[in-house]
Amino acid sequence: MFGILGKSLSTGVVTTSYPAAPPHMSSHARGRPEIDWANWKDARHAAAICPTGAIWYEDLNGQRLARLDLAKCIFCGLCADVDKTIRTTNVCECAARSRDDLVTSASYSLKSDGTHDRMVSPPTSPKTGHPRLTPAQRESLDTIGLQIKERVDKIFGRSLHIREVDAGSCNGCEIEIVGLNSPVYDIERFGIHFVASPRHADMLLVTGPVTRNMEQALKKTYDAMPAPRLVVAVGACGCSGGIFGVNYATRGSVDAVIPVDVFTPGCPPNPHALLHGILLAMGRLPSAAQG
Amino acid sequence: MNLSHVSNDLRPVVEEVTSRFKGRIGFLHAPQVNEIYLQGGMDLVSGFCAHLYRNWKARLVTVFADDVRAGEGAFHLYYVLALDAAHGFLILRVPVPPEAPEFTSLTNAIPAVNWQEREIQDLFGLKLIGHPNPRRCALHDDWPEVYPLRKDFNLKTVLPPFQGKRHKFREVEGEGVFQVPVGPVHAGIIEPGHFLFSVAGEPVLYLQVRLFYTHKGTEKLFENIPMTHGVRLAESISGDSSFAHATSFCHAVERAADVQAPARARVLRSVCLELERLYNHIADIGAVCTDVAFVTANMHAMRLREQILRVNEHLTGNRLLRGMACLGGVRYDWHAEQLQALRELVTGLKPEFDSLVHLVEDSSSTLDRLEHTGILKPAVARDLGVVGIAGRASGFDHDLRRDFPHAAYDEVNVKVPVFQVGDVRHRLRVRVDEVRESLSLIEQFTAKLPVGPVRAEVGELPADRVALGYVEGWRGEIFHWIRTAPGNRLARCKVKDPSLQNWPALSEAILGNIVPDFPVVNKSFNLSYSGTDR
Repeated sequence: MFGILGKSLSTGVVTTSYPAAPPHMSSHARGRPEIDWANWKDARHAAAICPTGAIWYEDLNGQRLARLDLAKCIFCGLCADVDKTIRTTNVCECAARSRDDLVTSASYSLKSDGTHDRMVSPPTSPKTGHPRLTPAQRESLDTIGLQIKERVDKIFGRSLHIREVDAGSCNGCEIEIVGLNSPVYDIERFGIHFVASPRHADMLLVTGPVTRNMEQALKKTYDAMPAPRLVVAVGACGCSGGIFGVNYATRGSVDAVIPVDVFTPGCPPNPHALLHGILLAMGRLPSAAQG
Repeated sequence: MNLSHVSNDLRPVVEEVTSRFKGRIGFLHAPQVNEIYLQGGMDLVSGFCAHLYRNWKARLVTVFADDVRAGEGAFHLYYVLALDAAHGFLILRVPVPPEAPEFTSLTNAIPAVNWQEREIQDLFGLKLIGHPNPRRCALHDDWPEVYPLRKDFNLKTVLPPFQGKRHKFREVEGEGVFQVPVGPVHAGIIEPGHFLFSVAGEPVLYLQVRLFYTHKGTEKLFENIPMTHGVRLAESISGDSSFAHATSFCHAVERAADVQAPARARVLRSVCLELERLYNHIADIGAVCTDVAFVTANMHAMRLREQILRVNEHLTGNRLLRGMACLGGVRYDWHAEQLQALRELVTGLKPEFDSLVHLVEDSSSTLDRLEHTGILKPAVARDLGVVGIAGRASGFDHDLRRDFPHAAYDEVNVKVPVFQVGDVRHRLRVRVDEVRESLSLIEQFTAKLPVGPVRAEVGELPADRVALGYVEGWRGEIFHWIRTAPGNRLARCKVKDPSLQNWPALSEAILGNIVPDFPVVNKSFNLSYSGTDR
């Protein structure tokens, strides 16, 4: 008893300190890739090495439409290995309210050797992140925490209850979701709590890809939730089907089966990225609450 | 029969077996010194396995099928036997004619292959003869008559959605007996599976485990993507074993290509495997404590796990070590500053981990819940072929790191903890001992890190090469068997996670225990659903 207490006291507080400390990301961490669209000379190398089709192109009438889809990206960084106009950042907060917001594309006219001549239409910028947060604020986990707390206070009194459903994942996302309950991230300090039943839940956190064998269970879990309810799709597989895509055994993304409010890319998204996705979903609540 | 290429340990076995089954079991080829292929008829399989079990202490580590009707006019069944003492694998290939698509079950003699045989029946449409419970396993009851791993089945086939017909569970009857269904959506943040408990009061009379909810067509997918993409797919077979699965896959491809990763890459691989073992073992120790209501210990364990995950990110760019593995070695070399972070982690973890263990061992109420709980007797474990942590807690003295040295494990002396008791406490003790051993191994590896490249070139592979890759993951032995196709692709990739073999042991270990102890017993095994279902 005293030993337990003594150890806790001597360990001290390990939770990311509130509200001062910045998020912890290694300089070696691989986050979202960034393409220098204006100077991109050839999309083919990156598209060939991309294991999930996150980088994709189509040639039509001498023009090339090239696309980066963060929902499919597993942040492996292989594209940056073969293409110097692509840079791997260590930015992990990529959640978006709409699947389309995760897609960036641009068109190029082509030279005879298949490389890009000039950009015909410039890239649409992805609308990830929280629009009311400046990039500097977005850096801080504590700011996110503050935002969550404000929204939770406003909408759900002082609590938001989450039910997690693994609809077919490899367990990678679950490892990071469990991390939210660790003393380091301590999601309960924001009044957010993981619950055992969908009937107690305001939010469904779903990892994928949704398998044929889990499709019905996922629908039933969703139906068991009281309205208003939120759904956050987690990970490349939850957002898009990821490396598995759609095949005889999987339905692919979560939104192929139930409505999704926020997409949280990553393979897996780390606890910061998960918190970011949860915040976004809560901002979305007024328009999603009609059900 | 030219056995000059076969290792000295295996040669006498091959000679003895081929002379015993003269003319009926023949030597095919030996692509590696410790990987020997033989061929024989279906009628000899059971005698062959029995002979090797009895006389050479072999164990059947995996059984799988391959559809080669196009080239060879038959299905092939492969029976992979590990001879730990001879440090080699004997692989019996058995042709099955398409006009009589059936095979004889070994389950009654070797219960370890129960699910694996049924999986072959489901995915290849080869009918099982003599299996005690030949019901569907990998494909659930409502699936139409399709055989996804046959070559004439398209990966993208669209099947009708689930329709009504539910699985008929085994009924247990009697006065006061009732059944408790759990899952597939669980109360905790874990993977999906269904458990049906039949109980009389509190004690469990029978547990039926029904899995394959996360079946994602992974093995079929391997056949449809370029070989290099396979490394990333292998990382997603079981998230907590990303590096082990990816490395096992890389080993298979490298063996098929006759390429060895450079010395430095082999050491970095070994360090990553130990880091994976560390973060999982420490998390499991904490989770077992949570399941008996000692949450404080879990909080400390989670804190230590986070330290490891952050160093993982610093070393490999990803907290789960993803993106590090590649064919021919590893993608990133480590700078002095990264190695320093690794050394500091190990130095810091030692006293922290000792303190955590002390906290748990000092708590009599915790130990009281762990001792004599969920006992898996050594005899049962042996019959079921239980491997890895769960096996070593029940008398299974095997570890691929020691018996089949891969990566850089030939340069160190791996101590393997083995206990006979087989309860939750001892599965925990295996983890505690292995964590200490892992810390020591990382120190040994980093102390004499060879200099040089971290990646060897793996050129394009010719078609029809076969190879078995293996890794001792934190949970147990992982196998990847590949057969190459033209154009640097795969014609077949069999994935064998230790969980597939270990799940049925859970049903045995829980018998007579009370339902509230199921979470802790389950967690003490901590088996992978996704690795099993694929």
